[in-house]
Amino acid sequence: MSSFSVTEPSRRMKSFAAFMVIAYAIITLLPLLWIIATGFKSPSDAIAYPPKIVFEPTLEGYVNLFTTRTRQTAEFLAENPPTTWYEKIVAQYGMVIAGPSRFGERFLNSVIIGFGSTFLSVFLGTLAAYAFSRYRIPLKDDLLFFILSTRMMPPIAVAIPIFLMFRQLGLSDTHAGMILLYTAVNLSLSVWLLKGFIDEIPREYEESALIDGYTRFQAFYKVVLPQAATGIASTAIFCLIFAWNEYAFAVLLTSGQAQTAPPFIPTIIGVGGQDWPAVAAGATIFLVPVMVFTILLRKHLLRGITFGAVRK
Amino acid sequence: MTKTVVESLAEATPPRAASTIRGLSDRAIAWLFVGPTIALLLAINIFPLIWTIRLSFTNYRVNRPNADVSWVGLRNYERILNDPDIWMTMQATAHFLFWTIFFQVVIGFTLAWLINRKFKGNDLWTTLIVLPMMLSPAVVGNFWTFLYQPQIGLFNYLVAYVTGGSAASFSMISDVDLAPWAIVIVDTWMWTPFVMLICLAGLRSIPDSIYEAAECDRASAWRQFWTITIPMVLPFLMLAVLFRGIENFKMFDLVVQLTGGGPGSITELTSINLKREAFEKWRTGYSSAYAIILFVTVFGLASIYVKALNKVKER
Amino acid sequence: MKLKFAQTAASAAILAGIGMAGQAQAADLTLCWAAWDPANALVELSKDFEKESGHNMSFEFVPWPNFADRMLNELNSGGQLCDLLIGDSQWIGGAAENGQYVKLNDFFEQEGISMDDFIPATVAGYSEWPKGTPNYWALPAFGDVVGWTYRKDWFERPELRQEFQEKYGRELAVPKTLDELKDIAEFFQNREIDGKTVYGAAIYTERGSEGITMGVTNALYNYGFEYANPDKPYELEGFVNSAEAAKGLEFYKELYDCCTPPGSSDWYMSEDIDAYKSGQVALQMNFAFIWPGVNADPNVGGDKSGYFANPEGPGGHFAQLGGQGISVVANSANKDAALEYIKWFAQPEVQKRWWQLGGYSALKAVVEDPGFADSQPYAQTFLDSMAIVKDFWAEPAYASLLLAMQDHVHDYVIAGNGTAQEALDKLVEDWTEIFEDEGKL
Repeated sequence: MSSFSVTEPSRRMKSFAAFMVIAYAIITLLPLLWIIATGFKSPSDAIAYPPKIVFEPTLEGYVNLFTTRTRQTAEFLAENPPTTWYEKIVAQYGMVIAGPSRFGERFLNSVIIGFGSTFLSVFLGTLAAYAFSRYRIPLKDDLLFFILSTRMMPPIAVAIPIFLMFRQLGLSDTHAGMILLYTAVNLSLSVWLLKGFIDEIPREYEESALIDGYTRFQAFYKVVLPQAATGIASTAIFCLIFAWNEYAFAVLLTSGQAQTAPPFIPTIIGVGGQDWPAVAAGATIFLVPVMVFTILLRKHLLRGITFGAVRK
Repeated sequence: MTKTVVESLAEATPPRAASTIRGLSDRAIAWLFVGPTIALLLAINIFPLIWTIRLSFTNYRVNRPNADVSWVGLRNYERILNDPDIWMTMQATAHFLFWTIFFQVVIGFTLAWLINRKFKGNDLWTTLIVLPMMLSPAVVGNFWTFLYQPQIGLFNYLVAYVTGGSAASFSMISDVDLAPWAIVIVDTWMWTPFVMLICLAGLRSIPDSIYEAAECDRASAWRQFWTITIPMVLPFLMLAVLFRGIENFKMFDLVVQLTGGGPGSITELTSINLKREAFEKWRTGYSSAYAIILFVTVFGLASIYVKALNKVKER
Repeated sequence: MKLKFAQTAASAAILAGIGMAGQAQAADLTLCWAAWDPANALVELSKDFEKESGHNMSFEFVPWPNFADRMLNELNSGGQLCDLLIGDSQWIGGAAENGQYVKLNDFFEQEGISMDDFIPATVAGYSEWPKGTPNYWALPAFGDVVGWTYRKDWFERPELRQEFQEKYGRELAVPKTLDELKDIAEFFQNREIDGKTVYGAAIYTERGSEGITMGVTNALYNYGFEYANPDKPYELEGFVNSAEAAKGLEFYKELYDCCTPPGSSDWYMSEDIDAYKSGQVALQMNFAFIWPGVNADPNVGGDKSGYFANPEGPGGHFAQLGGQGISVVANSANKDAALEYIKWFAQPEVQKRWWQLGGYSALKAVVEDPGFADSQPYAQTFLDSMAIVKDFWAEPAYASLLLAMQDHVHDYVIAGNGTAQEALDKLVEDWTEIFEDEGKL
């Protein structure tokens, strides 16, 4: 049989496909690997030309990411020799560590705002999606379209009135303000996604629970929620990816207190120039949580991404 | 499982309240569930939108608290629509939109089709390919300026290696002819996996039985592709185009970090332009009108598109 | 000077009295500035203040490309992040007119701080609004000016010197005019040095914030560009877009086209430093703040680098002013403690130590000290440069004025659209419109 088959691809077809996909994966992962590698380069290796592929790894980028440093006189350095490994790295440049950098705080803000808003948007989204799925709500379709349309607005356009509103309410540069904002932005996605998932849960399950003497509330809590767990997980990934990586609102509405890491990382500069190893180190560390989260939940990714449009 | 929260809550509260928790009417529950969402969206989306509309008829400036604010009617709208610079940014946005979607659809679909050949380990590679879209666009844009640097940048180095030219002979970001493509390349790199995933979902939704039937009829591979695969995946592809279209119409973070709108204003997309008007020049009234125009545009285009999408789905 | 000192001591005593009350509730002061080398030096310097006053200092440093955005956003959103702000010189008009900075005249008078003790250009540039009137909104904190760094070690190589002599008929030395500077840059462009291809000059070309404007003005001023008719404020036609100004703009484009590293189309302070430190360029345009860092650099520091002021052009001899004054934010809850900091900072000994740590003091007592010029290899160049400074608009509408300039200049110099004359004509058009909107025309 020489003929082509979609359902039973030939061995040759399979190896061809594997070759192409792996080739693409390698090319597409190069920039990513380059980011990770740059994080372990010294600043001079990072800007060496031609680009260095083999280099001596160092943790300078990570030290620079987490500290601020000041230049000191040679006499001072002679009198106060560096003791720890990170102080020694810094001392090569005639500097001493002046204190921690803002990266830790920014990262923590990202965690608080990212996970806080993810929780809230999934929580509210589940409730709303359940109601939309099970009850007769006046103007349901209009409401749903309205909820979706809120995501079409460019963030910069929304930012003007939000900026004014937050200024009035004292929400500028606060965690609460950013959590509320990201929740609102993510709600459209979360309601739509979850409605798709909950629609698929047969009503019979709840009805039999009601007959068993459960209240509506209990039926929702004990029957629907466990069934929707997959959907909730995949919705959470998408909400988190958005809130975790968001830049425009963060840069316009936060500064010292509640700023997240994305506006911070591109602005890490070292002695004079942009400190590429530190930027790369920051990017790497920042990628880890979403990456782990995604890999853990990767099975649900496919369904989430299509707005629950894939029916199995 | 002994007790649920609701049960323990009900036990701990006085009888009347308990019956309220247990026995909420359906309508009450519906509103209780939908209420917070609607309230939040009203507060953070609709109210600001109305406020923006109001502001768009004034000459208000956020940074001039002491200045008089007056109604200017439609003047802001007139100025924007007659401003050739804004039409330039619209063109830049259109170029960016068209080519990013084009490349992402072509590459993304091809990849999905290949992955669907179900070779060994396709799950692992799919997960790896998806990684770029987990990154923060602002960080990606920033880091690509480094990759695009002539001489020291990886991109130039590799291109020079492949073509045999010199790495320093071209600069993606500073060349007027190359910069619009520089942003297309990065966006394509980052978001092709997204389109791929949607296409993959589409391909996997096609029941094997359809192909098996076609094989029995001895339909050629080419024919199967055009009569089964493409029509079945089309709604998914269109969905992908819709998402990428809306996202890239709003594009700000990646490009602002990558080129800052330059060289000149070649890559100044509308969002970047709007940000300059609103948060650098602080022309609040003017930029509110600008925001409304953008919103109407994207809303209008999206509605038309969704109608078309629904038609395709119904077929 | 002595008398002045006594005064300061006396008022310090008075303040100490107030300070007692203040000390009961030590304030947490936040100082906002750009994230760069001098800021780290200020952290070091401020430790003394913390010890003396009992207040806690924290710092918010924002990198240059985002500095204006972030801080003006902060001021306009009525934030309380910063008690003290070392804001850029051009913000002063807006911050003064919108009441975002505290006016310091009474405070200066009460504490015996006199603006006559500071370099006049810094007072005019960083403190005054309206310009030319004794209304002060900041204390000059950090003097800065665009100048040039060059590879002294390359300039000293005999074979290069000889080749240059043959080609240009003069010695390879620090350029005296902009044309000479371009010759040198051209000479080094694409040259092989120690097995690496190097380039002429790293100049400012950045589009997003203020980069290219801060660079191009160094050519424009010296060819005869004026911001307005000196006799009639806001009259732009024929001053901004004079034929001489167009020549200056053309010069900058020629310099960019002939003698800069490939891909340097969006470069500002940090990219220029990168290029220079990695040995890519012979000349580097940059603000003076980088000189301490260059001097200490393991690759290009010490004797390998030299410094010179922006060379003169056919129409004059100027250099773009940078630098900032320190202001108290009107919204701050700790105004008294913030003023205390300024008072402490203005003291001559503190200013002297500021200079030692790498901060460019603007206090005459420091820079006019006989030992100053020799204290660092770049000290004399700093003084020479500060003597010829000129600044961009400091109007409340400065951001709009700047964006228009960034747009048109970048479009011509980097993107190569249109002619220099057209670019400046468009600039006049935009600026006129802005001033009309402002009601100044």
